[in-house]
Amino acid sequence: MTDLLKPHQAGGDATATIVAPKDRTGRPRRIRGYRPGFWVYGGLIAVLLASLFPLYFSFLIGSGDSSTLRDPNRSWIPGGNFFANAAAVVNDPSVNFWRALWNSIWTSTVIAVAVVMSSTIAGWAFAKLRFPGNKALLAFVIATMAVPQQLGVVPLYVLFAELGWTGKVGAVIVPMLASAFGVFWMTQYLRQAVPDELIEAARVDGASMIRTFWTVGMTAARPAAAMLFLFTFVQAWNNFFWPFIVLDRQDPTLPVALALLQSNHFVDYSIVLAGVVLATLPLLLLFVVAGRQLVSGIMAGAVKG
Amino acid sequence: MLIADKGAARTASPPPSPPSDRQRRVRVLSFSQKLSRWDLKVSPFLYISPFFLLFAIVGLFPLIYTAVISFMDWDQIRQEGEFIGFDQYAWILSQPKFWIALRNTFSIFLLSSVPQLILALFIATMLDRHIRAKTFWRMSALLPYVVAPVAVGLIFNALYADNSGQINAWLTAIGIGPIPWHVEPFWSHVAISTMVNYRWTGYNALILLAAMQAIPRDYYEAARVDGAGVLRQFWSITLPSLKPTFIFVIITSTIGGLQVFEEPRMFDQYGQGGAASQWLTITLYLYNLGWSEWNFGRAAAMAWLLFLIILAIGLINLLVTQKLIGDAGGRGPTLTRAQRRQLARDQRDRRAQNKEGAR
Repeated sequence: MTDLLKPHQAGGDATATIVAPKDRTGRPRRIRGYRPGFWVYGGLIAVLLASLFPLYFSFLIGSGDSSTLRDPNRSWIPGGNFFANAAAVVNDPSVNFWRALWNSIWTSTVIAVAVVMSSTIAGWAFAKLRFPGNKALLAFVIATMAVPQQLGVVPLYVLFAELGWTGKVGAVIVPMLASAFGVFWMTQYLRQAVPDELIEAARVDGASMIRTFWTVGMTAARPAAAMLFLFTFVQAWNNFFWPFIVLDRQDPTLPVALALLQSNHFVDYSIVLAGVVLATLPLLLLFVVAGRQLVSGIMAGAVKG
Repeated sequence: MLIADKGAARTASPPPSPPSDRQRRVRVLSFSQKLSRWDLKVSPFLYISPFFLLFAIVGLFPLIYTAVISFMDWDQIRQEGEFIGFDQYAWILSQPKFWIALRNTFSIFLLSSVPQLILALFIATMLDRHIRAKTFWRMSALLPYVVAPVAVGLIFNALYADNSGQINAWLTAIGIGPIPWHVEPFWSHVAISTMVNYRWTGYNALILLAAMQAIPRDYYEAARVDGAGVLRQFWSITLPSLKPTFIFVIITSTIGGLQVFEEPRMFDQYGQGGAASQWLTITLYLYNLGWSEWNFGRAAAMAWLLFLIILAIGLINLLVTQKLIGDAGGRGPTLTRAQRRQLARDQRDRRAQNKEGAR
């Protein structure tokens, strides 16, 4: 944004003599477009409403009674049954809500921490160390990002059944520990974030490789690591396909618990949607706290033209 | 960590050690130096090994083993299989259900990715303007991304209910009348695509926004001086500059879109893809083969077919996108491959001639 406000940086060539038109306050007028008006803000408000409406709707139904969904002339003001419905979700023995919440927190945290660690150190090697096969191996890592999750589920299930791990959260954690995206992300970031001179200086001082990584690499990687943590956490939290396959119905993660809720209570959607609200709240809180970082993470991770 | 870092910086500043010290080091290769050399050689491999070890176990092994199982009649209880060649593939390809699932997957994929990208482009353009409270609007676009697909499925399932859903209530109110979302294949695909779009449009908008902000603003200025309107600027500058990002977004949404599972699975409480497989997708079919019918050989063959489809569509996408959107720096008419080759040859000759001339 700031670079838009100074339209002609001295280039020494002919174009530098053209003076940007000033507005009434004396600032140079913005180069591209004018202050956006009604249509832009109208469109953005529409986006905001579209983002919020489904969540509000689930709260609306979740706070009513079983007749709310059936009534097309329902009131748009939430009813008073939310806590009763939430209690029905939490106390449903076949869904095991608290267990699911705990499993989701636990698995997502372990996965996110492990992915950040393994990706940072591998990214450091790919970005800053020379070794035979560096480029080919990195290309291989990137290529694996295109392999769909479904391709591995059958043998993984067979493997975990053999190990007796089916139904245990370990079976959810292990397959998600390796993230090709994470390695790619950290490589990209470390490549431009750490000047080679810094590494050389540390090496000259006699720091071992691991010490160089720890003091120079880890320190520099912190912002990217934080974003990778957030992304992996959200992804692990929302993952459904594999946990649904491998976990017991008695020991689910939150998305699996939600699926169970629907098969148990599909007649009473106020309970199902109260469960949706409950299960969505933790990530909504995370989003309120860290949404800014998530946004900048996506913007930084994009392939730029 | 911070203290160690500072220490390293401080000790780095003094001038290089005196020559006597250096000579001594060259003369005798001390143990610590040997260690240091070994450290230099081995460390990189040590650092990438955690990822590759894990990947070998949970990525590569299953990939290959899926292929093996797909050629087998797998016995779930004895955990072993009998080799039967391409029979599983032949069986799947002979199932009408497979072709319905393939049609559904494509239909849902197109209905979700095409409007999604167009909408994302619009949202990105709006976010690219000089709006107040930028971060707030960006966050509002990204909000659906954190909602679990299962939750999205349940919410929209209630919205799309045939008899009592809010959407049909609205449609009736404006005189269109209710739509049989859970009966007609096409309408069920529309409904499922909305769920996918809800979750991913804002995410893609932010990726496109990042690419838009990387476009040098001088381009627009020059275009305006030349008299180009807003639409022309968008068409001739914004779109071509977004090309690499577009390819990226299209490929990722292809990979995701062809795997769609949660949304169709949650579209009714049975998770079978509808009474007449109206919204059965390939992944849903794979799940049902593997974990309802417990036929792992068929599920594995299905997984490989899905992979091949994704690969093929990805490649087609790449080619189409490259054709459709001109090169960022391109001017004038699009050239055929032969013409481009000729042009390159001419340029090379000219360069050679210039070199000769310079000599």
